[in-house]
Amino acid sequence: MAAAMKGFVRFLPIALFLALVGALVWRLAHPGDTAIRSQLTDRPMPAFNLAPAAPGKPGLATTDLVTGKPHLVNLFASWCVPCITEMALLKQLQAEGVAIVGIDIRDRPDALARFLDNNGDPFAAIGADNDSVAQMALGSSGVPETFVVDGDGIIRRQYIGGLSASDLPKVRAALAEAAR
Amino acid sequence: MKRFLLALALALPAAPALADNDLAQPRWANEQLPDPRQEAAAQGLMGTLRCLVCQGQSIADSDADLAGSMRAMVRTRIAAGERPQAIRAWLISRYGNWVSFTPSVEPLTWPLWAAPVILLLAGLWLARGRFGKRR
Repeated sequence: MAAAMKGFVRFLPIALFLALVGALVWRLAHPGDTAIRSQLTDRPMPAFNLAPAAPGKPGLATTDLVTGKPHLVNLFASWCVPCITEMALLKQLQAEGVAIVGIDIRDRPDALARFLDNNGDPFAAIGADNDSVAQMALGSSGVPETFVVDGDGIIRRQYIGGLSASDLPKVRAALAEAAR
Repeated sequence: MKRFLLALALALPAAPALADNDLAQPRWANEQLPDPRQEAAAQGLMGTLRCLVCQGQSIADSDADLAGSMRAMVRTRIAAGERPQAIRAWLISRYGNWVSFTPSVEPLTWPLWAAPVILLLAGLWLARGRFGKRR
């Protein structure tokens, strides 16, 4: 009995080592999600009132989102590359009747105008967030991010990173759910 | 000299492509508050808040745009008389505990706080035979 115990103890370090290697290999093969999600899902949109970012288009205030109809709130910027591909998809959603508003993070009016000219403009309103104040209030850590907000101004869903065509059914379903 | 020029020519195209913007940072991102006591409070808080972009740095150390905006937000609020604890709580309510570099004491983090004591006890247990019996 004692001898068996001794043999077990002798191999314990190797067993521990193999367990550690196994854990590290598993983590390499399945890297964790490093995105920091907003804590505000299912909570009201924080209060902000952003000045218009583009001429001829209104800015964005929290109260504009409490209209009884769901909105997509897209955080974007002209200097953000994934935002370019996303614009065509947002345009598609806009054509389907989705109300889309933008929060333009740290941008210049001329750069924004060029961006909208080149990539299309799906936004009913764009607020300028040059000091990232609304972005921080929203718990967002980058661009692009898209929030589904219901008609009462409650955040229902957060999408981190650029939307792809395969995400559209999910977004439509989330909007339909928010409309209920 | 020729070598140096060659090295320089090779190094130039390696300038990093910045996925960032050229907009100036807000004033209080890199400027200290005039009141040293407030600046000290702001610095203390900024050292314990995690940058959301670099994830391994505090916002005091990070050059990311968002970290600059967060520093400006911290200094503006401290100058307005807000307590550091309130600012930290506000950020945690947006980004979760993740944004705080100092772990809070709660059931989830108890193992973390207990680990040093447990490791010390385990070490003493391992070394128990070495004490006393020296002859």
